Amino acid sequence: MTILTRRTALKLGAAGMMLPLVSSLVNAQEGPLKIGFVNVGPKDDNGWTFGHWVGAQALEEEFGDQIEITFVESVPEGPDCERVLRELAQQGNKIIFATSFGFGDYTIKVAKEFPDVIFEHATGYQRSENVGTYNARFHEGRAVMGTLAGHLSKTNNIGYIGSFPIPEVVMGINAFTLAARKINPEITVNVVWLSSWHDPAKEADAARALIDQGADIIVQHTDGPAALQVAEERGIIGGFGQGADMSAFAPKSHLSAIIDVWAPHYIQVVKDVMAGTWVSDDSWPGIAAGEVVIGPYNEKIPADVVAAAEAVKNGIVDGSINPFTGPIVDNTGTERVPAGEVIDDAGLWAMDWYVEGVKA
Amino acid sequence: MNMDLLIPIIITLVGASTPILLAALGELVVEKSGVLNLGVEGMMLIGAVVAFAVTFSTGNHWLAIVCAALAAMASSMIFAFLTLTLSASQVATGLALTIFGTGFSALFGQAYTGKPIIIFDSMFPDELENHPTFRVFFDHSPLVYFSLFMVFAVWWFLNKTRSGLILRAVGENDFSAHSIGYSVVKVRYAAVAFGGAMAGIAGSCFPLLLTPQWAEKLTAGRGWIALALVVFAAWKPFRLLAGAYLFGLVMTIELYTKASGSMGLLPSEFWAALPYLATIIVLVLISLRRSGNSAAPACLGKPFMPGQ
Repeated sequence: MTILTRRTALKLGAAGMMLPLVSSLVNAQEGPLKIGFVNVGPKDDNGWTFGHWVGAQALEEEFGDQIEITFVESVPEGPDCERVLRELAQQGNKIIFATSFGFGDYTIKVAKEFPDVIFEHATGYQRSENVGTYNARFHEGRAVMGTLAGHLSKTNNIGYIGSFPIPEVVMGINAFTLAARKINPEITVNVVWLSSWHDPAKEADAARALIDQGADIIVQHTDGPAALQVAEERGIIGGFGQGADMSAFAPKSHLSAIIDVWAPHYIQVVKDVMAGTWVSDDSWPGIAAGEVVIGPYNEKIPADVVAAAEAVKNGIVDGSINPFTGPIVDNTGTERVPAGEVIDDAGLWAMDWYVEGVKA
Repeated sequence: MNMDLLIPIIITLVGASTPILLAALGELVVEKSGVLNLGVEGMMLIGAVVAFAVTFSTGNHWLAIVCAALAAMASSMIFAFLTLTLSASQVATGLALTIFGTGFSALFGQAYTGKPIIIFDSMFPDELENHPTFRVFFDHSPLVYFSLFMVFAVWWFLNKTRSGLILRAVGENDFSAHSIGYSVVKVRYAAVAFGGAMAGIAGSCFPLLLTPQWAEKLTAGRGWIALALVVFAAWKPFRLLAGAYLFGLVMTIELYTKASGSMGLLPSEFWAALPYLATIIVLVLISLRRSGNSAAPACLGKPFMPGQ
C-alpha cells in the first residue's frame, strides 16, 4: 500500500500529466486493480481516518496482489481535494474512496471527467452514474450511548463536542439525546461546535469548558480522544470512544465506544467492481450489518445499566427499536414526528433541527 | 455565565495561550536579529513529538522539555545553515522547515499514536492548587510560569543588556554592525537557535499541558498564529504577552459560552473565526496609528552578504 501525504500527491501530479498512456498499458496487461483513498485526516488520528485505514488494510488482506492501494492523508475539504481526486483518477485508479463529507461536490465534479472510474463518497448524499455513497448508521450507536448516559449522569448535564453542524452529526446528537431523555427526561445536552475535525488542543479545552459548567458526561463527534483524556483527568463519570475503542486513553472514564468497521463495505465494492456488477447506490447499514460495533462496556457501569444498553442495541438489530420513533418534539417546542411514526432516511439526511433538550 | 466560572476560564485561557506565547517570544528574538523564520509550526511539531516520546519512555517531564528544545533547535540549525551561511531565501527555507517538521513528526510519531502519557501538572501543594480562589495563581503547569518568566527575560535581554543591543543593531543595520566588528552571522545563528529552542518548548506544551497524546499535526496551526502575533505586538515582549492572552481569551470565551448552553445570536463559524478576526482588527488599528510598519526591524528577512 502506498501512503501519500497531500504534498507528495501534488508532486506526483506533474508526472500524472503523462499517465493516460501508461495506465492504458497497465489495463491491457490486466495488472492489479488500483484503488485510491482520499482522507481528511492523518491515518494516525486515533479515530475516523484510522478506521478507513483499517478498512484499506482489510482489503489488502482479502485481495492481496489483485489490488494496489494508494492512501492519501490529510487532504483539506476544499479545492485541493479536487486536484488530489483528479490525480488519482489520472494515475489509473479504478475505484476512488473519498472518505469525508466535504469532498462531495468535488467528487461529483471530477467523476464527470472520468466516466470509467468508480467513485465512492463516504457520508455524502450526492450520487451520479459513477458515484455511489456509503455510510454507517452511527446514530444507532449514539442511541446505545445515550441510554448509558441517561442512566449514569448525576448532574443531568451532558456536554457534546461537535465538529460541523452537518446532518451526520446532528443525527447523532438527536439520537443520543432522545435515548438519554427516554431514561431521564431532566437531561440537557449542551453542544460546543469546533468547526474542525482535528484540533486536539481545542477539543480538550472544549471539554474543560463543559466540565467546568457542570457536565459529568462528555460526548465527542470529532476524530480523537482529547476530550476523553480531560474527562479522565477531571474524574467525571466519563465519555465515549468515537470511531474506535479509545479506552487506552481513559481507562476509568471510557464508558464504551462506537467503532466504525468499514471492511465489509469495502470488500463488497471491490468484489462488485471486479465482477462488473457495481451500480451507483447508497449503502447505509448499521449495527445489524456489523458496520457499527459497540465497544466493550467499562467495568464500573452497573450490570442493569449495561443490560439496558444491550436491550437497545438488540432492539435496533432485530428492528423492534428505531432511534427516531415519535413523538419527537424539537427544541423550540414544535412536534416534528407524531406518536408511532418514524423518520425515514430522506428525513434523516435533511435533519437540521434539534430535539428537545439540546442546546446547540 | 456566572462569576464562579471566572477562575476556570482564566486557568483554561492561560493554558491555551502558553504555547503561542513561547513560540512567539522565540520568533520575536529571531526577527529582532533580522531573520524571518517561517518554520515555527514545523519546529513546534518536532518539539511536540520529541516531548511525547521522551515522556512516554522515561516519564520525566523536565527531560522531555529539554529534549524538545534541543531537537527543535537542531532543526532550526538546518534553517540557519541554509539561510545564513548559504544565503538561501528565508521565506522559502522557513516554509520548507515547516513542511519538514510536519513530515518528520508524523514519521517519528507513528510508534506513539494510540498511547497516553501523564500530564505535566502544577507542582504546588494541593491546598494551594485546589484553593477556590488562589488556584488562579497556582493551578498551572510549570511551563506557564516559565513562559511568563521568559517574557520578562526577553524584554530585559533586548533592552537592558549589551548583547541585546548588539542583536538589535544586527537586525536594524547589519552592515553597520559588521563594520564596527560584530559578526552578523554568529549573532543570527544564536538568535535562530534560541527561537528553535523556544518553539520546541512551545511544542512540548501540547502533549505535556493541553492534551496528553500524540496525533499528527497536533499543533493545528498555532505556529502561524505565533508568527502573526509577533507583528501584532510590534516586536515588544509585553505586548506579545497581552496579544497571546487576548487570543487565548477570545478562543476560551467562545468555548465557555457555547458550553453554557446559550444558543447564541451568531453562527458557530463566526465564533471560530473570531480569534483570528480580533487579531487582524487589532493589527490594523496598530498599523493605522503607527502610519506604516516602522516597528519592524529594518533588515528583517534580508540575507547578509558582506562581500557584495
